[in-house]
Amino acid sequence: MKIAFELNGKPASLEIEPRETLAEVLRARCRLTGVKLSCESQVCGTCTVLVDDIPVSACTYLAYEIRDKQVTTIEGLADGNRLHPLQQAFLDSFAFQCGFCTPGMILAAKSLLDENASVSDEEIIAYMSGNLCRCTGYLGILKAIRQAAAELQPHLKQKKRTGE
Amino acid sequence: MSNAKKNDAKNFAVVNHSVPRADGVAKVTGTATYASDITLERMAWAKLLRSPFAHAKILSIDLSEAKRQPGVIDVLTGNNLGPLHPYYGHAVKDHPLLAIGKVRFVGEPVAAVIAEDELSAQEALDKIKVDYEELTPVLDVKTALASSAVLVHGTDYIGGAFRGFDDFTDFPGSTKNICQDVHVEWGDVDAAFASAAHIVEGEFYFPMVYAYAMEPYVAVADYDPNGQLTVYSSAQHPFMVRHDLAEVFDLPLNSVRVIVPYVGGGYGSKSYTKIEPLTAACSWKVSRPVKLQLNVEEAFLTTRSDDARVYIRTAADRNGKLVAKQATIHLNTGAYAENSPMVCRKAANRIVGPYRFPNVKIDCLAIYTNTVPASSYRGLGAAQITFPVESQMDELALKIGCDPQEFRLRNLAHSGESIHPGLRPIDADVPGDIRIAAEALRSNGPLASKHGRSVCCSCSDAGAHPVTLAMVQVYADGSVSVLSGSTEIGQGSHTVLAQIAAEEMGVPLEKVKVLGTDTAVMLFERSTGASRTTTLMGRAVMEACREAIAQCTTMAAEVLGVPVSELIEERGGIRHGKEWLTWPEIMERYFQMEGCSIIGRAYLRRAGPFKSVPIFWEIGVVGTEIALDEETGKISLDTLVTVGDVGLAIHPAMTESQDLGAATMGLGVGLFEELIYDGQQLMNGTMLEYRVPRFSDLARRVELKLVQNQDGVGPYGAKGGGEGSVNPVGACLANALYQAAGVRIRSLPLTPERVWKALQEKKAHAPVAKEKSSVAPKPRARRTRVRKTRAPKRRA
Repeated sequence: MKIAFELNGKPASLEIEPRETLAEVLRARCRLTGVKLSCESQVCGTCTVLVDDIPVSACTYLAYEIRDKQVTTIEGLADGNRLHPLQQAFLDSFAFQCGFCTPGMILAAKSLLDENASVSDEEIIAYMSGNLCRCTGYLGILKAIRQAAAELQPHLKQKKRTGE
Repeated sequence: MSNAKKNDAKNFAVVNHSVPRADGVAKVTGTATYASDITLERMAWAKLLRSPFAHAKILSIDLSEAKRQPGVIDVLTGNNLGPLHPYYGHAVKDHPLLAIGKVRFVGEPVAAVIAEDELSAQEALDKIKVDYEELTPVLDVKTALASSAVLVHGTDYIGGAFRGFDDFTDFPGSTKNICQDVHVEWGDVDAAFASAAHIVEGEFYFPMVYAYAMEPYVAVADYDPNGQLTVYSSAQHPFMVRHDLAEVFDLPLNSVRVIVPYVGGGYGSKSYTKIEPLTAACSWKVSRPVKLQLNVEEAFLTTRSDDARVYIRTAADRNGKLVAKQATIHLNTGAYAENSPMVCRKAANRIVGPYRFPNVKIDCLAIYTNTVPASSYRGLGAAQITFPVESQMDELALKIGCDPQEFRLRNLAHSGESIHPGLRPIDADVPGDIRIAAEALRSNGPLASKHGRSVCCSCSDAGAHPVTLAMVQVYADGSVSVLSGSTEIGQGSHTVLAQIAAEEMGVPLEKVKVLGTDTAVMLFERSTGASRTTTLMGRAVMEACREAIAQCTTMAAEVLGVPVSELIEERGGIRHGKEWLTWPEIMERYFQMEGCSIIGRAYLRRAGPFKSVPIFWEIGVVGTEIALDEETGKISLDTLVTVGDVGLAIHPAMTESQDLGAATMGLGVGLFEELIYDGQQLMNGTMLEYRVPRFSDLARRVELKLVQNQDGVGPYGAKGGGEGSVNPVGACLANALYQAAGVRIRSLPLTPERVWKALQEKKAHAPVAKEKSSVAPKPRARRTRVRKTRAPKRRA
C-alpha cells in the first residue's frame, strides 16, 4: 500500500506492507538509522519518534498509522548545522555515553518541553521514566533537559507575545 | 618540554579538562553508525532456531521443508559445517557455532536459516523439524557438583589460546562439571580461626543478572571464497574475535578483518566472541554477506553474569584487627565457559578486598550447568564477591562493637602496602576515599527514622594482561590521527585518546581524530575492558606521540644541519635558538613535498612500568543513604556518593558519569534485577519482565567525587575507572537496611517482597509479639507458568 506523510518537514510517499512497523519503515526504507531498536516491546523508549509532535514507540507502531501525519526523527531536529537546544544541552551535560538511547531520549524530552518548558525536576523525571539509559545513571540527562528548558522558555514567551 | 612539567596537573592544556565529546555531534544527530546500521550490497539475513530443551540429544534435523520456503537460500546446522573448525573459545574451546549432537540450554542456537530478507528467514524457522531425546538437565550448582551428577559436557576440550597468558591458570578439563577451579592461599587460616577473638560466617547469594546493553548483539559478515573474511560487529574485543575467526576458518590473521563501529553499550556482555563465527559461517555457506541481528530476548539467551553462592567467614583479634578470611565461591557458569574461567580467577583474587589479611584461603569454582552461558559482567567477579565481603565487614564490626567505618579504616591497606603476596602494592588512597564518602553522607545531617547509611569499598586487580599497541599518524598539515584498537563503547575513548594526543603533540584538540576500530588497520590491543583503556591505550598513545616527536626532531636536525642535542621540543614543534619549526614545516622541508605523514608507534607489553601486575588496583568506594518504607518493604535511594580514585581524570565529567553509571547498574542488582529460572526455562528474559533502573530511581542527592593523586601507571598518573562503583552498592544497601530496620539480608536483590518478609520475620521473633499490620501487602506469588521460548522477532 502507498502512504503519504510528512517526514522531517518534507513531504514523503512510500510503498509499504501493511504489517510493517514505523521503525522498520524508517530504518530500512528511509535509511533513517538514527531510529534505534532495543526492547521492541514499548519498555525502553529507544525507538521514540514524534508523530504529530506526540512521542510514539516506533517498534510497535504500524507505519500505516502515519499516513497524512508529520513524523519527526532525530535526523530532523537540527536546523541545518544549528543543533536544537536539546541536542546542544545533551552535548554540554555529557548526557550520554554509548548514545544508543540518545535519539529517543532527546525526542521524548522535546515533546515534554514543547508541552511545557517550565517543568520541575519531578515532572522531568516522571515524564522521562519511559526512556531507559543503561550508561549514565540519568543525572546528565536531567541536567541537559533542565538546561534546554531554561533556554527554550524565553523563546516560548516571545512566541506567545508575538502571537505566533 | 620535560616530562616533569607535562605531569604537573596545573600545566595541562587539554587533558584533565571536560572537553566536548569526539562522538558527541554524531550521537545527538543520529548519524553515529552502529553495527546494527550496517547494510552491505547483496546482503542476506540469518535467523536462529533455538533449543526448547535444557539438555537433549539431537537425533535428527530435517531441513527439506524449510529449504523450500520462498526466499530461503540455505540452512546451516551443526551437521553441515564442512571443513570449518566448529568449536571456539579463548579460555576453553567448548563452544560450537551451532549445537553439535546435543543442546545444553534452552535457547541454544540449533540452526540458522539464511534468506533474502529477515521475514523469510524468520518464517522458515518453524519448518525445521528437529528430533530431540531429552536428557536430565543439570540446573543448579549443587546438582552439578554431586558425585552422581549428569555431565553437561563430558568431553575433554582443549584450553583456548589464552591459557598461559593473563591470569588463566591451568584448565582442569571438562570431564566433570567443573569449568575452572582457582585456589588462593597464604598464612595459616585454620590456626588463625582457632585463636581468633571474633568470627562471623555466613552464606550469601548474588543473583544471575543481564547486562542489558541497549544495542543487542549484531554481526554482518562477508566471506569471500578467495580467502578474505570481513566482519562488522558490536564486539568489545575485536582482536579476540579476529583470533577465533581465524581459527574457525583456518585463515591467516591478515585475511580476517573485524570492524567495530560505535557500540551501543557492553558492560562486559560484549567481551570476547559471540555471534561472529556463526554469522561468518552463514556467509561462507551462501557466499554472500549475511547479517545476524539478535533481538533483546535473544540477547538474554546469549550471555548473563555468573550468579554466585558464597560461603565466607572472617575473623578479627581482640583489638579489632582482621586476622583471617576463608571463602568458598560457587559460580554458576552455565553451558559454556566463555570468560567465566577469568571471572573465577578474579572473584578469588578480589574477595580479599583492600584489607590487610595475614591469613587467607579461597576456593572458587566455575561450574557448568544447563543454563544460559555466563561471562564477563561489569566488575568481572568483583560485584559478586563484594556483596558478601562488605556485608560481613559490617557484621563483624557490629559484633566487635566497633563503628563499621572505623573498623574498615583500622584494617585498610594504605598506599604502597601489599594486600596480595607477589602482586603490585596498593596504588590508591582507600582510607582517604572512604573518609570522603562518609563525610559527604554526614552532611545530610542527623539520620532520619527508617533511614540507613553505609560506605563500602572494593578493590580489583584491573587492566587485564598488558599488551597494547598503538600508532599515531602526524600529517603534513599538523593534523593527527590516532590508530587505536580500543573500542568506543560509550566510555569516551575516542575523546580521551584524542586529548592525550593533543596534549603530547601540542596541537589543538580539533586537529586530532581517533579512528574507529578496524583490525586490518590498527595494531593489536588485547581488549577493551577491565577498565584498561585510559591506562594502557592512553599510555601507548602518549608514547607513540613521543616517538613521532623524536622522529620529527631527527628530521629537524637534518634540515637545520644541527645536532639533535641543540633542539628543544616546544608546543607543536621544535625550537633551535630563535628558530621554531612546526611539525608541518619540518615535514615539508624534510620530504620536499606536501601532504606527507609520519607514524609514531608504541608497543606496550608486560615490561617496564607494566611488569608488576595488576597494572593498577581499581578501587570502588560508594556511600548510600536509603529510605525504607516498612509497610511495603520498598527501599529508595536518598543519597548516592561515588568516589573515583583515578589518579588523574583525563576527562573529569566523563569519569564522573562512568562512576554514576556503574553505581546505577549496582543499584539495579541491589534492588530489582535477577534472572529467574523455573526448571529449564528462563522466566523473565524480556524487558517487560526484567526491571532495570529508571529515571525515577535516581537518588534525591548525588555526589560524584574524584580523587586525583596521579598515582597510576597510565598517562600523567592516570588509572582506570568505570567498574569500581558497581561493586559496593549491594553491600551498601544491605548494610544501610540493617541500620534502618535491624534486618540482615544475604541475598540480592533487596526486593520489597524480600525485605518485607525479613521485617515480618524479625517482628515474629521480637521478644514482645506485636499484631501484624493490617495494611501489609501479601507477598506476590511466584509465577510458575511455563513459557515456550519465543521465536525471535523481525526487525529492520
